[in-house]
Amino acid sequence: MNTLYVRYCTTAVLLTCLSLSAQAQTVDAKFEAMLSSGFRAQGIAGLDRLKQDPIQALCSDPDVRNTPTAQKVLIEEQTKAMAAIKPPSDGKYLGSWKAGEAVAQSGRGATWSDTTKAPNGGGCYNCHQISKQEISYGNIGPSLTGYGKTRGTSEAILTYTWNRINNSKAYNACSNMPRMAHFNLLTEQQIKDVMALLLDPESPVNK
Amino acid sequence: MKKKYASFLLASLLSLSTAPAFSQSASDEIAKYREMIAEGNPAELYEMAGEELWKQSAGPKKATLEKCDLGLGPGVVDGASAQLPRYFKDTDRVQDLESRLMTCMETLQGIAQAEVIGGAFAKGIRKNIEAIVAYVVTHSKDMKINVPATHPKEKEMVALGKKMFFFQGGPMDFSCASCHSVKDQRIRLQDLPDLTTQAGAALGWGAWPAYRVSSGEFWTMQRRLNDCFRQQRLPFPIYGSDVTIALSIFMANKGDGGIVQTPGLKR
Repeated sequence: MNTLYVRYCTTAVLLTCLSLSAQAQTVDAKFEAMLSSGFRAQGIAGLDRLKQDPIQALCSDPDVRNTPTAQKVLIEEQTKAMAAIKPPSDGKYLGSWKAGEAVAQSGRGATWSDTTKAPNGGGCYNCHQISKQEISYGNIGPSLTGYGKTRGTSEAILTYTWNRINNSKAYNACSNMPRMAHFNLLTEQQIKDVMALLLDPESPVNK
Repeated sequence: MKKKYASFLLASLLSLSTAPAFSQSASDEIAKYREMIAEGNPAELYEMAGEELWKQSAGPKKATLEKCDLGLGPGVVDGASAQLPRYFKDTDRVQDLESRLMTCMETLQGIAQAEVIGGAFAKGIRKNIEAIVAYVVTHSKDMKINVPATHPKEKEMVALGKKMFFFQGGPMDFSCASCHSVKDQRIRLQDLPDLTTQAGAALGWGAWPAYRVSSGEFWTMQRRLNDCFRQQRLPFPIYGSDVTIALSIFMANKGDGGIVQTPGLKR
């Protein structure tokens, strides 16, 4: 996980570009000091996780986020994110919905108490309603019940759904949804399985 | 006392484990559970142990904590946690309850802070701190959260805490705000307080520390925040570090004027 981060530019530099007041810069410097003295690495959660990429840095500041300067950078980042998404290597978008349900159910992975040996989960039910049978679902994301039934499986829907799961920030840089492929949270096969959960007519999502 | 709780808890937990399939929200069940044990939160056991520890000689200096100043003068426990975190002149720092207890243990009892910071939750000296926390916070129950953050250092920590609250990082891009900045949101069936509003912050901040039914342990605010960071996929926050205190005073100040409901009772 540690090598996954490409640090395009430091938070301090980015925010210095965007916030002009001297007072804000003092707070920023103190914040950086507080961050570096406040955490230690534990297990797979290294200190590199505190180094923000431009999306994380810009989306973190509610005052900066909607300024024209920030918006311009964020749209560029969306374009970059979209360009980096890899289509399925064998051209097939759909795996097994049953395996996809297991991925959607599991919220494990990537914490300091996890290891990289066991597969990560997608944690989908944490935020989305998916299969009707599962009543324990969160509501931070939209309901996905009936996803394939209402949208069909056209090429456009397949690629849109694939892209959303791979890197939701390709459509909305400050989306709350984790970038599943960008940070290698899910494997290509797991993403195909979640695709099937959403789009296979046999999946309980579409019954 | 202990036996009564144990059998009661077991019966309540059994009913909890079968109930959620029929209820729309886990909080309904938790609310029922809270009602059932309103007369006796298991945190009371920690509180009783904590009161003894407060009055017991300990450490290389063989002293008690009865002269510990939590902000209202030496030895004053009533209402102390309702006005924390706050600035302390002697340490020239904004401190929360746990970092302040570390100061008292070091100055009065001679117990090095490093020993506490390097420890683990629910073990050794930290276990004692947890009990003392339970004792102290029980003595602010039903009082008003009184953290106006008027001192310049307090104001600065609120600003830093706000920045931390919105700080996104890690492989899932999570910040505290990802889950705690919109009303009526849930992770699975777990309700999430909106900590950007006075009402939400009072509810969230005001109900911790709490006895956690799922782990069968009393959790301090430091432990609560530690697990938030874990689930946020960030690195490990150092016990009593400024990051944790800044976030705490940000929440407490936001919830200023709300009601302290500690010790809380949580899933």
